Amino acid sequence: MSERTGEASVREPSPLWEVFVRARRGLSHTHVGSLHAPDAELALRNARDVYTRRQEGVSIWVVPASEITASSPDEKDAFFDPAADKVYRHPTFYEVPDGVAHL
Amino acid sequence: MTGRYDFALRLGDDALIAAQRLGEWTTRAPEMEEDIALANIALDQLGAARLLLTYAGELEGAGRDEDALAFLRDDREFRNCLLVELPNGDFAVTMAKLLFLSAYQLPLYTALTECGDERLAAIGAKTRKESAYHLDHSSLWVKRLGDGTEESRRRMQSAVDQVWPYTQELFAADPAAPVDPAALRADFDAVVFPVLDEATLTRPEAGWAPAGGRVGVHTEHLSYLLAEMQVLHRAHPGANW
Amino acid sequence: MYGNDFSPPEDAPGGGLLGEVEAAEAALREAAIRSRRGGAPEPGVDLEAYFTDVIEADQKIEPRDWMPEAYRRGLIRQIAQHAHSEIIGMQPEGNWISRAPSLKRKAILLAKVQDEAGHGLYLYAAAETLGIDRDELVQLLLDGRQKYSSIFNYPTLSWADMGAIGWLVDGAAIVNQVPLCRCSYGPYARAMIRVCKEESFHQRQGFEILHTLAHGTPAQKAMAQGAVDRWWYPSLAMFGPPDGDSTHSAQSMAWKIKRFSNDELRQRFVDMCVQQAEILGVTIPDADLRWNDERQAYDYTQPDYDELMRVIKGDGPCNRQRMEHRRAAHADGAWVREAAAAYAARRAANNMEKVSA
Repeated sequence: MSERTGEASVREPSPLWEVFVRARRGLSHTHVGSLHAPDAELALRNARDVYTRRQEGVSIWVVPASEITASSPDEKDAFFDPAADKVYRHPTFYEVPDGVAHL
Repeated sequence: MTGRYDFALRLGDDALIAAQRLGEWTTRAPEMEEDIALANIALDQLGAARLLLTYAGELEGAGRDEDALAFLRDDREFRNCLLVELPNGDFAVTMAKLLFLSAYQLPLYTALTECGDERLAAIGAKTRKESAYHLDHSSLWVKRLGDGTEESRRRMQSAVDQVWPYTQELFAADPAAPVDPAALRADFDAVVFPVLDEATLTRPEAGWAPAGGRVGVHTEHLSYLLAEMQVLHRAHPGANW
Repeated sequence: MYGNDFSPPEDAPGGGLLGEVEAAEAALREAAIRSRRGGAPEPGVDLEAYFTDVIEADQKIEPRDWMPEAYRRGLIRQIAQHAHSEIIGMQPEGNWISRAPSLKRKAILLAKVQDEAGHGLYLYAAAETLGIDRDELVQLLLDGRQKYSSIFNYPTLSWADMGAIGWLVDGAAIVNQVPLCRCSYGPYARAMIRVCKEESFHQRQGFEILHTLAHGTPAQKAMAQGAVDRWWYPSLAMFGPPDGDSTHSAQSMAWKIKRFSNDELRQRFVDMCVQQAEILGVTIPDADLRWNDERQAYDYTQPDYDELMRVIKGDGPCNRQRMEHRRAAHADGAWVREAAAAYAARRAANNMEKVSA
């Protein structure tokens, strides 16, 4: 920690990954949020630490957000920002449901 | 002759001092996700320390609980290995320390589950899963830093060279202990060498072998660490927190 | 911590503020069911009117929906500042991890500060759904172009500050953020529900620390009162300037981003604290604090808003220290992030070669 590299070099941001967690056996994986990681292995480890600190899951998927193709009936591209291909357009933060029976 | 008390104390002190060092990273990690990961590992080590020190206190039978053992002993009474008390250094040094520590703790905790002492076996069953995760995490990073950029490779090699001598103390033979550390060396090598190889790092030569932690003769660093850790507790004798 | 919880000890789980969080979550599910019937806007429909309809029907705006640019920009700013607050807010409490007076307290504090990092990440991810990269937001923080809650520019000088932060700062934060669980922007509302719910495990920790100290040795009692004396007014200031001076409120209320005014929330907080202070055995440092029967609320002394403005502008006791700490961590970690990126790029290239071979 003592050595400094000076100015951080300009680089591509670490990729965004969408995280899906299977809360319990018998349930589907559910989208819980996203995170940044340079590669899939680290993304998986980060997902464990960020999204399952309280044992919320028995299985985790991470998917590069850039690989997701979305369809949305509400989408009106003409009204969107020029950066329309960005991954932030994917809904995030679906709660892992507790009440399984009602889903 | 190492009884169960001394043995539990060694393991507990290893975990406690490791937790204290890892906790120092909080708010300082290279990435926010890593801040969370390091805190997780610190919490695992702290949890193991509490179980082991509580048990050590019971074995001693002098009425000392985990806090009496953690906060009211001087450095000469601590039995941790020197490896864990070394300063964090940069992220490469911390990952080298964690790789070596977890590659030692994993076979140790695994052996505990069959050591014939029920309490130690239960502790081992819980903590070996955590050690496997620590090993996984540190291995991932050692590979990335070793095989990353020129700078990271230089730092990672330097970290391995710097920390390696302290691994030898971990395996000093002690046939009377519930688990003889000398028996863990082969497992350690079998895990660590492939990681170093894959990280394209040079395996350090055996040579200088600093030791003394197990008999309470530490590096200069431990006394400072304890001064900080114990200052508040000691300033208010007998207080509840 | 900005996202922290608090509840008085007699508050059973499911009641009080946590109950409000659960109610907000239920409302969110109901709104989702209703919106399925509604469907998408017909082609050619006025999107701005549609947006307004969705808000008025208490339904959620989602990332792919059309939204006014000011709504998008305002939300990015608010969510990012909330995220920055979580990250900077780790520092004052992180300051005591190494010196926590028992191993149990050390573990709880470490877990709590870790949660704050997690909450910061949830919030950055929610902000990213609005079309901005986390790296950009972090840079805005490091450059001082986006703010964080001014409360974190005060120092933690004793262990009792861990208790006072839990009781007062986290208490004020949750009064602020429980209503955000019903915010009109879906990802933010869901992030806030998650943040608020996760905190139930340390719901009582700040209160408990302070309670233990206030019933401990004379030195501990003095430590507890000293902390309350220092944190009371800065906590009141967390609700922002008085309603008359607040610039963003009216539009935020109309868009259901904000649901109560600064002064309403501040009053709610004061009313909560008075009785809790009695249970704790500490004195709130306000000689003019008294029940007003007519208003059915406590009269209290306002915090020093000039001081608040000075701290926001950068002249609080710890502004420079907090920013320097954050910048140093970011700069010190650059070589690690670069190494991971280089490793990932090389791996990806090798895999491509294998595939094409």
